[in-house]
Amino acid sequence: MLDILLERFNYIPIIILMMTGLYVVFATGNLVKRLVGLSLFQTSVFLLYITLAKVFGGQPPIIADAHGDDHGAAAAGHGAAEAVLYSNPLPHVLILTAIVVGVATLAVGLALVVRIREAYGSIEDEALNAADYSRDTGAAG
Amino acid sequence: MTDLTQYLDYALIGMLLAVAFAIVRLRNLFAVVMLMGVYSLLCAAWFVSLDAVDVAFTEAAVGAGISTVLLLAAMLLTAREAEPSKPQRHWAALAVVVAAGAALLYAVPDMPVYGDAESVANAYVGRDYLEQTPHDIAVPNIVTAVLSSYRGFDTLGETVVIFTAGLGVILLLGFGGRKREPKGKPAAKAAPAARAPKAGKPAKPVKEEGAS
Amino acid sequence: MSPHLILRVVSKLLIPIIVVFGFYVQFHGDFGPGGGFQAGVIVAVGVILYALIFGMEEARRAVPPAAVRYLMAAGVLLFAGVGVATLLMNGAGEPVNFLDYDALHPDQSHHTGQHYGILLIELGVLFTVSSVMLAIFYAFAGRIPDLPDEDW
Repeated sequence: MLDILLERFNYIPIIILMMTGLYVVFATGNLVKRLVGLSLFQTSVFLLYITLAKVFGGQPPIIADAHGDDHGAAAAGHGAAEAVLYSNPLPHVLILTAIVVGVATLAVGLALVVRIREAYGSIEDEALNAADYSRDTGAAG
Repeated sequence: MTDLTQYLDYALIGMLLAVAFAIVRLRNLFAVVMLMGVYSLLCAAWFVSLDAVDVAFTEAAVGAGISTVLLLAAMLLTAREAEPSKPQRHWAALAVVVAAGAALLYAVPDMPVYGDAESVANAYVGRDYLEQTPHDIAVPNIVTAVLSSYRGFDTLGETVVIFTAGLGVILLLGFGGRKREPKGKPAAKAAPAARAPKAGKPAKPVKEEGAS
Repeated sequence: MSPHLILRVVSKLLIPIIVVFGFYVQFHGDFGPGGGFQAGVIVAVGVILYALIFGMEEARRAVPPAAVRYLMAAGVLLFAGVGVATLLMNGAGEPVNFLDYDALHPDQSHHTGQHYGILLIELGVLFTVSSVMLAIFYAFAGRIPDLPDEDW
């Protein structure tokens, strides 16, 4: 059992990091800090994917000799399958776009928080709940 | 496994954990946002160590650059300090997190072995891309080849998502061309402020005002 | 104005280098790490740095919000347009898929069509990503009143 975990030691700190982000999301009422927690969680998920793609002794997935147009196909014929190891490019592609999409959606969330602040005067969720459910402002909310 | 870079990895993991716990503990939002930038930069450093140079590049530019600027801007517009939450809320959050983390840890033995070239995650489609790209596309950077050619439709979708997110922010906040009038007349300010973000049209006169 | 003299001088030196580096990342993305997403972010960061140091008004004069708005849409249209073009350019009489760049150029042995296609769609990604990042920044920064000096 310990062997199995030691071979996969990378997942354990990443799970702790993911859960730290989740904890921030649940435990704080401040909406900005909650979004920070969400992106902490998100970045840790990126780490999970990229460690999946790691190959020991591998290179970054950039093939040196596929460069020329003339001999690209010829070089690839005997070059690609040789002993050079590369890390798996597929998770890299998925995460690369996810990072940029992540910041765009973070911006939407922050824009919502800014609008909430303008409408309610607070970004603490308990204050927001109180404003929504209290009898005085019930009609407005 | 025997190379020295594993100690670099351990050091980075340690720093990541320290920064994450500091984010949990702190209530000053400026410090939290700055630590989030540090976290992204540490992640980028680990990505380089994991041979994911493209991802590291993106994470360093986006996570440590743009998202820090955005979070700072949002912090300036809202609050500087997070209020402490009730203790029972911490315990509830801790219970949820421990349960979810235990479930994830239970799944760890089924995950592929770290760094194994023959694991299920690495052996099939990823290796096919590595072998086929020189024949099909002849671009040295496999990540670019997969991103823009093999999975071009996927990337089109991502681009549309980014476009839509930008559109959403503009609809929520306006284009920023609007001058903040003196705060003496809140009623007069509230009406255009409420209207401008909803429809795209009121942005027109705003733009000319910004250009002049 | 004057308290940030060092910031102004340093950023005046840095901003052109940042933008040139962004374009290097864009057009060298086939051969090294990089591509449209990274380049778009870097170019946007150059403009954001300019706005932070010299003020929003200057930045809006340099990169007008109207241009940002058009570029946002133009990037997506360029990307999707390449897909439509591959559908229409059915040169060899074979059925072609959406975003199948081989149709863009008859030279199959050197993959010229693939290179054209990747160049064009990365350009579309560059336009969309950089202008969306700028639009988001303009939207947030347009709400913030000018910072008093003690907040620096």
